[in-house]
Amino acid sequence: MLLEGEFRNPAGCAISAIFDKTGALFSGADIIDSIAVMRDRSNGLGGGFACYGIYPDKKELYAFHVFFTIHSARKDFEEYISRYYEIDSDEDIPTRKIPEIVDEPEIRRYFVYPKQKYIDFVKTGADECVFRTVFAVNTEIKGAYIFSSGKNMGIFKAVGFPEDVGRFYMLDSYKGYLFTAHGRYPTNTPGWWGGAHPFGLLGLSVVHNGEISSYDANRRAMEMYGYKCTLLTDTEVITYILDYLTRKKALTFEECAEVIAAPFWERIDRMNEEERARATYLRDVFSAELVTGPFSIIVGFDGGVMALNDRLKLRTLAVAEKGDKVYMASEEAAIRRVCPSFDKMFYAEGGKPIVYRVKGGKQ
Amino acid sequence: MIDYNVAPFEVVRDYDKCVNCRVCERQCSNEVHHYEEGFGKMISDSAKCVDCQRCVCLCPTKALKIVPNQNSFRPNANWQQKYLTEIYKQAESGGVLLSSMGNPEPFPVYFDKILINASQVTNPSIDPLREPMETRVFLGAKPQNIERDADGKIVTKLPPRLRLSMPVMFSAMSYGSISYNAHAALARAAEKLGIYYNTGEGGLHKDFYKYSANTIVQVASGRFGVHKDYLEDGAAIEIKIGQGAKPGIGGHLPGAKIVGDVSKTRMIPEGSDAVSPAPHHDIYSIEDLRQLVYSIKEATEYKKPVIVKIAAVHNVAAIASGIARSGADIIAIDGFRGGTGAAPTRIRDNVGIPIELALGSVDQRLREENIRDNVSLVVAGSIRCSADVVKAICLGADAVYIGSASLVAMGCHLCRTCNLGKCNWGIATQRPDLVKRLNPDLAAERLINMLTGWNHEIQEMMGGMGINSIEALRGNRLMLRGVGLTERELAVLGIKHAGEV
Amino acid sequence: MKRIYVREEWCLGCRLCEYECAYANSGIGNIVLALKDKEIDPNVKVQTDGKITFAVSCRHCDEPLCISACISGALGKDETGAVMVDRSKCVGCGSCVMVCPYGAVRITKEGTANKCQLCMNNTFGEPLCVKKCPNGAIVFEEK
Repeated sequence: MLLEGEFRNPAGCAISAIFDKTGALFSGADIIDSIAVMRDRSNGLGGGFACYGIYPDKKELYAFHVFFTIHSARKDFEEYISRYYEIDSDEDIPTRKIPEIVDEPEIRRYFVYPKQKYIDFVKTGADECVFRTVFAVNTEIKGAYIFSSGKNMGIFKAVGFPEDVGRFYMLDSYKGYLFTAHGRYPTNTPGWWGGAHPFGLLGLSVVHNGEISSYDANRRAMEMYGYKCTLLTDTEVITYILDYLTRKKALTFEECAEVIAAPFWERIDRMNEEERARATYLRDVFSAELVTGPFSIIVGFDGGVMALNDRLKLRTLAVAEKGDKVYMASEEAAIRRVCPSFDKMFYAEGGKPIVYRVKGGKQ
Repeated sequence: MIDYNVAPFEVVRDYDKCVNCRVCERQCSNEVHHYEEGFGKMISDSAKCVDCQRCVCLCPTKALKIVPNQNSFRPNANWQQKYLTEIYKQAESGGVLLSSMGNPEPFPVYFDKILINASQVTNPSIDPLREPMETRVFLGAKPQNIERDADGKIVTKLPPRLRLSMPVMFSAMSYGSISYNAHAALARAAEKLGIYYNTGEGGLHKDFYKYSANTIVQVASGRFGVHKDYLEDGAAIEIKIGQGAKPGIGGHLPGAKIVGDVSKTRMIPEGSDAVSPAPHHDIYSIEDLRQLVYSIKEATEYKKPVIVKIAAVHNVAAIASGIARSGADIIAIDGFRGGTGAAPTRIRDNVGIPIELALGSVDQRLREENIRDNVSLVVAGSIRCSADVVKAICLGADAVYIGSASLVAMGCHLCRTCNLGKCNWGIATQRPDLVKRLNPDLAAERLINMLTGWNHEIQEMMGGMGINSIEALRGNRLMLRGVGLTERELAVLGIKHAGEV
Repeated sequence: MKRIYVREEWCLGCRLCEYECAYANSGIGNIVLALKDKEIDPNVKVQTDGKITFAVSCRHCDEPLCISACISGALGKDETGAVMVDRSKCVGCGSCVMVCPYGAVRITKEGTANKCQLCMNNTFGEPLCVKKCPNGAIVFEEK
């Protein structure tokens, strides 16, 4: 059976997110309830969550979440990591055995930090070290797959309905300031857990509903910049584009939205001179990072969350605010389930980013 | 001496329809037809016919057709008649066989073996009549770093570039190989459409300086017509290293076509053959090219993009890689089917590689070396229709050049006798009575019509694939599938076979 | 009103205009039957001095000398301003031929005057010479 990444798997989906604007921590139980409402949008072949703020006492360390599908890969992985990283601690990720989730691989987490000599060698910082390690492990150590690599955050995913995946990983026992969720409806059968979503790199996580027609143009551009598209999924390439634009090109998330959901020329041509020069500049320089095709994405990052629709608004995305909490989902019903009354509710506009940041948090 | 060669064509006249209007006689520059007074009928000398179709098109009663001369040598899959005929010609003349227009031999046409995708169910197609469908393209290098000013705003300074309303430009065809009126039509159409045309290596006639915003000026190995104003008057400058029809050798314009304004514009004496040298004699290696690129940039104050045009040959990917590091902003690659006014037949038919394979290989190589952003890629040789344009962009091109297609739009019927200088359509000739036949207003309108039609077709195909901006199509090879191609061919093109997901 | 104008820089002297005119005014639907074995006498004629060629046809003057000269009232302007000839009224005196400064009107072998009537007197309705000129040397415009 081919693994995801050896073939391309177009999919439809459900996405959801809950965020606390003050950065206060809350339980993961609500996000499970929210995504469960949208069960019909998934087909049980993939579900997952990205959780931010869940490792507050280890928040300066990178938390690698790793799947091992071949037993010997664990030894190779640990030996490889210990060469470049100080390993603070590692353990199996606790799970609850339930009949709906089967065939699980070995799932472990490692709290690490790059050794100084590795940082010196790479020259551009600890993030870049982790970036390289993730690709090295995922392409070269067969049977080991790092599926989460951020600080004070973690992705939990599996083959199954997302609410079952949430129970499996005991998400109700975690507390974070941001939870995003994804339920998948792929048109080809995925072979393994690594293919489920969210997709993450460093502190970025992306849940995505849609199918992008620009995929191969985006993939080939990202591969040129050193990102290896091992899963051949839209979510993966969108995550890489956002990492490239924010980390390597220092664009803000709002500017990223202007790149990936760029305004049409007919609008740009009517802008005033300064705005027109800016919009033209972004479209020209980042033409390979334009994403066409329907999409709703919810992007989690260290200290915030962004929701964005494609510029033709071909997917749904509802957003609600109540007090300090923000709710986002593919369907209103998923929001109402966990937040029956709210201060305001609106739908994302095509191409316009909706960004929330923790007050006083870093950009 | 017996003439061993038989006429390739036969003029067939339906005498029941012929009304003796003599339009065919008046309009044939090869003097094929004449009215025989004593017999009261038209007589045609098929031996002189080149199958340009002028008389066929103009005959008011459609009484004429040109057919291949059925006179056949004994069939021979190896010694095809054309090889025999060519030997007879050389046995008589001792010369190099010359041909015009692109390679007509039955090598594989890869565009005809590639299929395009459409979106269904999992991804909606987009309706180009009701939604924006953008075909605007910028050609030029991308900046290395994003700069911000003191307020944190992005500094929007970009390297010099060309802005195209659609990903098609008119290819280089020199003034001399084609007529003044043909250039006038190309220049006007380029301006109207918001694209560019290329002077070719014949220099720029001063009457066309007013189109400079839409003109690419070419600097070829003979440096014909190259002076300071020439460089200033282009929107971009193209260094022609080679062309697809004749890789490895320079341009050739017979002295008979170097008259009047052609000679003035090229800055060479009338009647002298204009044979461009094979290499640029100041470019013997890649570092010399870099020097020339920067000399031109210095001379034009870094305000204009520099294009380097090469022919598609075996190591085109390595050459392109070198050019991408030489400071050039755009690389133009001309495949082996590219057209020409005149080239030695053996070189035209046997040298070079198909543009589809060259493009597949160059685009992939530049990405592997992380230098794809240094240049834009323009391909040519031969792009025949809007589907070819879409396929070329999916393979990785930013835009295409059309040469033969533009001439066909203006009336050319690909009779491939341009080198004789008697083009009946007024395109590949300098004879004033023949040049008159190409009315630039009508010709420009035909060019504009053709490209307007192509643009709509491109938009329809894009919409069908669920794409509404052409940059999302560039290099998007998953939108293509090959059919009837070998593993190697698929690998070079970087596409899957039809039926594979 | 729209008139036929000639752009001599584009005239190739091919004479297609003459044959198309003869066909248009022949009253026969099939061009072969209209022109075969017939000597044509079209309303437009290509003139040349060996160097320049252009097609000459009635100018439909604002103040037509031919109408003033016509003794039988066969020549007159229609509601669009075009100069039309009613051949049934023509007596073949030839006065119009003598006064026309362009040589655009003639007496045909039937003995009556004839000239370009912008194809409004035949089934085509719009000048066929204009439509069939291969090089845009004859145009139909309002100036």
